This record gives sequence, structure tokens and C-alpha cells, in this order.
Amino acid sequence: MKTPDDELKTLADQEYKWGFVTDIDSDTIPKGLSEEVVRLISLKKGEPPWMLDFRLKAYRHWLTLVEPRWAHLDYPPVDYQDAHYYSAPKPKKKLASLDEVDPELLETFGKLGIPLSEQKMLAGVAVDAVFDSVSVATTFKEKLSEEGIIFCSFSEAIREHPDLVRKYMGSVVPYTDNFFAALNAAVFTDGSFCYIPKGVRCPMELSTYFRINQAQTGQFERTLLVADEGSSVSYLEGCTAPMRDENQLHAAVVELIAFDDAKIKYSTIQNWYPGDKEGKGGIYNFVTKRGACRGRNSHISWTQVETGSAITWKYPGCILLGDNSVGEFYSVALTNHHQQADTGTKMIHIGKNTRSTIVSKGISAGRGQNSYRGLVQIMKGATGARNFSQCDSMLIGDRCGAHTFPYIDVRNSSATVEHEASTTKIGEDQLFYCNQRGIDLEDAVGMIVNGFCKEVFRELPMEFAVEAQKLLNVSLEGSVG
Amino acid sequence: MLNIKNLKVRIEGKEILKGIDLSIEAGEVHAIMGPNGSGKSTLANVLAGRAEYEITGGEILFEGKDLTVLAPEERAREGIFLAFQYPVEIPGVSTSYFLKTALNSIREHRGEVELDAFDFLALAKEKMKSLHMDEALLHRSVNEGFSGGEKKKNEVFQMAMLDPKLAILDETDSGLDIDALRIVADGVQQLRDEKRAILVVTHYQRLLDHIVPDVVHVLSGGRIVKSGDPDLAKKLEKEGYGWLLEESGAVAGGGN
Ligand SMILES: Nc1ncnc2c1ncn2[C@@H]1O[C@H](COP(=O)(O)OP(=O)(O)OP(=O)(O)O)[C@@H](O)[C@H]1O
Ligand SMILES: [Mg+2]
Repeated sequence: MKTPDDELKTLADQEYKWGFVTDIDSDTIPKGLSEEVVRLISLKKGEPPWMLDFRLKAYRHWLTLVEPRWAHLDYPPVDYQDAHYYSAPKPKKKLASLDEVDPELLETFGKLGIPLSEQKMLAGVAVDAVFDSVSVATTFKEKLSEEGIIFCSFSEAIREHPDLVRKYMGSVVPYTDNFFAALNAAVFTDGSFCYIPKGVRCPMELSTYFRINQAQTGQFERTLLVADEGSSVSYLEGCTAPMRDENQLHAAVVELIAFDDAKIKYSTIQNWYPGDKEGKGGIYNFVTKRGACRGRNSHISWTQVETGSAITWKYPGCILLGDNSVGEFYSVALTNHHQQADTGTKMIHIGKNTRSTIVSKGISAGRGQNSYRGLVQIMKGATGARNFSQCDSMLIGDRCGAHTFPYIDVRNSSATVEHEASTTKIGEDQLFYCNQRGIDLEDAVGMIVNGFCKEVFRELPMEFAVEAQKLLNVSLEGSVG
Repeated sequence: MLNIKNLKVRIEGKEILKGIDLSIEAGEVHAIMGPNGSGKSTLANVLAGRAEYEITGGEILFEGKDLTVLAPEERAREGIFLAFQYPVEIPGVSTSYFLKTALNSIREHRGEVELDAFDFLALAKEKMKSLHMDEALLHRSVNEGFSGGEKKKNEVFQMAMLDPKLAILDETDSGLDIDALRIVADGVQQLRDEKRAILVVTHYQRLLDHIVPDVVHVLSGGRIVKSGDPDLAKKLEKEGYGWLLEESGAVAGGGN
């Protein structure tokens, strides 16, 4: 009879089901990165001079930087000249409503299960979809604008709301922040912009879907979300890509700003193509996400479910500037086959009585490598600051790895910092117990892992929590190989 | 229903079962007693299909078919249930979700329709009531933070829900208080019928006062050294295993 390990090894591998390519006419500029390319991007997008200026400064700064290599990640050098930095679906004409979006594209979004069409109106989700580099459609715009909410593509925001963009862009993640942030600032092609005015509670989930379609194209999107005093918003980001043999680069920047009493909940389901079982292909995901709790009692909560990408380098953090502000980070990161993830958070406590909570669940299967890397920093003025961190790792099989790198820097003696960590191997006992009740191995693994992640899933908006569980089950299939 | 012939089992190179012969027919209750470490749980686990145990000889037939070719979940679906000596905790997975998944996978195998959440809950509550269990346990993670007695009751509850053909209870009486013992024994007794076979592993006569077995076996040193009627258990309770082991020439705590 086969052992559970053998069975885990032979479980059917499910193909990455989002791996199709849409055959669509696109406007793609030649490979390579130079000042000309940066100018060309800006020109193609018809940007004002201040935007070009920002890009050029970022580009020149980027030239002075070297790619960071401190993460627990192993990948060959990235050739930044070997990618296209702009690719846009060629519109037949200027788009005024959803009906005019290329039907092929709508079909793609249909396959992705994006609630783009009017029939999904009931779902109450407003979506901005970014395809390759360009934002394609923003639904529910009118309904949102009745509340004074701005939710549009980044390009449109540059055109229609230049004051807001100039005021906030780069104020949380400056282009000098790191190598990938500088690269993004130079060449980003679109993304989402959102502004919630004072006292407004956004009446629906806002959502962005990112998809890389074109071969050898980098995707560099920027998201900027500002919640003014007393407002609140819940935002969800999802992403997928076709299966390709070569590695593709994704370097996004997300900036969140919360003023007095404002609350932002930002959830990500990251499902970029992870590469095949042998580790060929897959997205390199280098992302800088940061939120600034600028106001008193402001609250920023990051929830991420990371199941995709060949390489993940990502540390969504919070700068807790306002007194009594709250930062949260809930993360599930799964690495299977040859995937590698180095992810975690940074919580910088500056204001008084600031609080942060970190719950990280890392699951490694196959030859996956999973690292939690987190910084909790309590600055001098952060009297009464509190942090609680819990980092749990689960290993499935014996060829994978889990690593924890917590950095704690406390400069105020009244602060409380608690850190708990655990590593467990998915138990033969647990699996056998499930099997003995008639539950097969695949379902048992899914059940145990989902149970392990429960504290994070319950932070997700309902409908997405269900999605996340399914995604985890699919990603776990063939989990020891 | 169950026919074990000359079964030999090893774990980590060590022979634990050294030739077991045992037959149980539908409608019968057999008890297995024996010193610690004699191989009782090993036998129970081998029947349930635990992979670490290596079968080096003999055969196990269940309803006339070779059981050893089936995976544990297939055996469960065919109607074999093991109440674990040490029930396992599964954090984050609610008992109701776990058991509903289990029940429906077994029902599917039997060609029965899935139970929906309402029917499942109704059935679960009825069974819990007869075992005097708190319904709140349904919403807690499987066995997590359960008291010793609650864990054992939870095993019997699952058994009642899954309605097996062959139920193996491995020291389900250990860790139960006197009232709980009676409740659990009554629960098992209710499941006793002409279609079901039950194998109880126990150290104590008091369980067998409630569930009077048809046959009592003594397992020692990896062999069944004696089989008899319920009076055998009473004699063991009074006199221990010493006389028996001398009589059979087996070594106490055999296998060491
Ligand atoms: N996984 C294992 N690795 C090594 N030895 C084992 C393993 N499992 C069981 N054994 C050994 O096999 C022998 C029989 O164990 P088993 O659990 O079947 O005994 P038992 O009769 O159920 O005892 P008890 O009455 O204490 O429950 C013991 O010596 C035990 O140490
Ligand atoms: Mg035992």
C-alpha cells in the first residue's frame, strides 16, 4: 500500500487555470529601458510635464541603485533590458462605456470571474481592470461619484485630478525608497486611484484586477488610495497571468493614506502564474506596499493571500504616525513546487498608543521556500505603543523550507512587543485521522491548511474568503512532488 | 465479516504482531484485552490502514475481500471505523465541517445523496443528545481543547454518525468518569445490531459490564494467547495476566 507521502506525490496536478492568452491587438513598444523609453511612455499616455519630470527623476535615481539581494530568494539576474515596458490593448476608439470595451477583453475578464458586467451589479463590487499596462474599464463610476468618491485609473487621475495626484503620489513610497519603487516610478503605465472624501463610508467593495497578457512584458502598476477624515473603504486587488516559459517582471507600488478616524482595509489575492512544476517560468513579483496612518485613530489593515508568482518580494507595512492609530497585517503565503516567497511587513510606531497586529501563516510544500520577514519599530515618541506578532509556518513534505526573520527595534520603554512563532509539519496523525473518517488525502490537506489559515481568511470580505479557500486548495494540489 | 489469518506486522524493523488469527461475524462483539505494549493498538491501526505498519505475512479479509489493498479512506467508506486511543486535534477546522465532509464522502460511496447543512445538523444534534454532549462542541475545532472525556465521547459520536459495519474502539473507556462511561457504553450498546461487528480494546472489566462481549481475547507479545467467554475478562480483572502468560509461555509486555 502507498504511504500518504507517496499519495501526496502522485496527486493529480491541476493546471494553472488562469493561464490562457488573449489574442488581442496591442500596441507594444520595443524591448529595453532608457530615458527615451521613459519619455515615450509619458508621451503615449499624453502626460503633463510634471509627470514626465517625476518619471525622469526616478529613472535617473534608479540608475544609481543595485537590485537588492538580501532576501532569502534564489533567482538568476534579471535583465532589465529584455522586457517591454509598455503594452496596451489597441482600442478601436476612445471608450465611453463598458459596451465599448473590446469583447475579447470582456471575455477574458469573464474567464477570470471578474464582476465587470452589469449583471454582476448585484454583487456590489466596483472594479477597475488593468490589462497589461492600461486600465480598461471602471465600473460603477457614477454611483460612486454621487458620494463624491473618485475611483478611476491612474492615468485618468493624472488628467482629471492632478492636484490630488501631485499632492499624494510618492508621499508614502518615494521613488528613492528602493530599487523596485524607483523602477516603478519611472515606467509605471497605469493603475488605480481612489479618493474617499471626508465622512464618506464607501458603500461597496472597490476592486482592481491586474492581468499580464503580452509576452515579455513587465507590469508596473501604481495604486494610490486616500481616505480623508472619518471615511472608510474596503479595497480588493486580484491578479493573474498566462503561463509562459520565461519569467516576467511585476513591480507594483501601492500607497495608502488614512487621515483622522479613517479606515482602509486593503485585501490582495495574488495569483500570478507561479511557474510550472519544474520551476520554469512564472512571475517575479517585487512589490512595495505601504500605508500611512497620518491621522489620529486612523486604521490601515492589510490582508494578503499570496499563492502565485515564482518569486515574491513584498512587505506591506504601516507607518503609524497619528496617535492611537492601528496597523494590521494578515498574511497567508503558500509556496509549492519551486516557488519562493520572502514576505512580511513593517510596522513603524511613531504616534502615541499606536497598535499593530501581525498574523502571518506561511505554508511550504514541494520544494517551496517561504520566509517571513518583519520589522516592528517603536520610535522614541511612541509612548504606550503595542505590537503583537504571530508567525506560523506549516511544512508539507520534507523538501520545502520555512524561515522566520523578525526584526524588533524598541526605542521607548513603555512599549509592549510580543512575538510568537511556530513551525509545524502537517501531521501524519492529522491526515490519517481525516482519512480514517473517509476524507481523501487531497481534501484532508486542504482542510488542515485552511484550518491553519482561518485567522487570516476571516479578515477577508466574505465572498473573497471563499475564493481564497478554493485558490489555496487548487494551489496545494500535487503539493509534494 | 472480518477474517484475520496469521497476520504478522512490523514497524521500524520490529515485529509487533507475530501471527494473529481472528474472525468476527456480523452481529458479534469481541473484546481484546492484554498488557501494555502487547500490540492491541497496532492491530486496530493496521485494520484501519495506517501506512507506517508493514504487513509481513498473513491476510486480512473484510467481507471476503482483501482489505490490505485499500487506502484508509476507502476502508472507511467500506464501513470500517476506528475510535482512536488518542484522538487528534485539527486546529481551525470545525467539528461540524469535518464530520459533514466525512459523512458525505461515505454517503457518496454508498450511493446515497449528500446531506445538506440542515439535515446534517438535525442528525448531529440527535446523536449528541443521546451521548449527553454539548452541541457547542460542533462549532469548535476538531478535538482542540477538548477534555480527555470529551475527546472519547466525540469518537463515539462520530461512530454513531458514520454508521460503520465494523467499529473498532481502542480504549474508548479510558479517561471517562463513571457517568460518562455508562453513557458511552450505552451509546455503543445502541449501535449493537445483527448487521454490525464491534471490536473493543479495553483494559477494564467495567466497560464489559455494560457491553457484554460475545468473545474475549487476550493479546500478549503479539499473539492471541487465549480466547474465551466474558468470564475470562472477569478472571483477568481479579487475577491479572500472570497466570495466563505462564500457562501460554508468552513473555509479559512482549515485543520489547
Ligand atoms: N511507531 C512506532 N514506532 C516504534 N514502535 C512502535 C510504534 N508504534 C508501536 N510501537 C511499539 O509496538 C508495541 C505495541 O504497541 P501498541 O500501541 O500496539 O500496544 P498496545 O497493546 O495498544 O498498548 P497499550 O495498552 O499501552 O495501549 C509497543 O512496544 C510499541 O512501543
Ligand atoms: Mg493501545
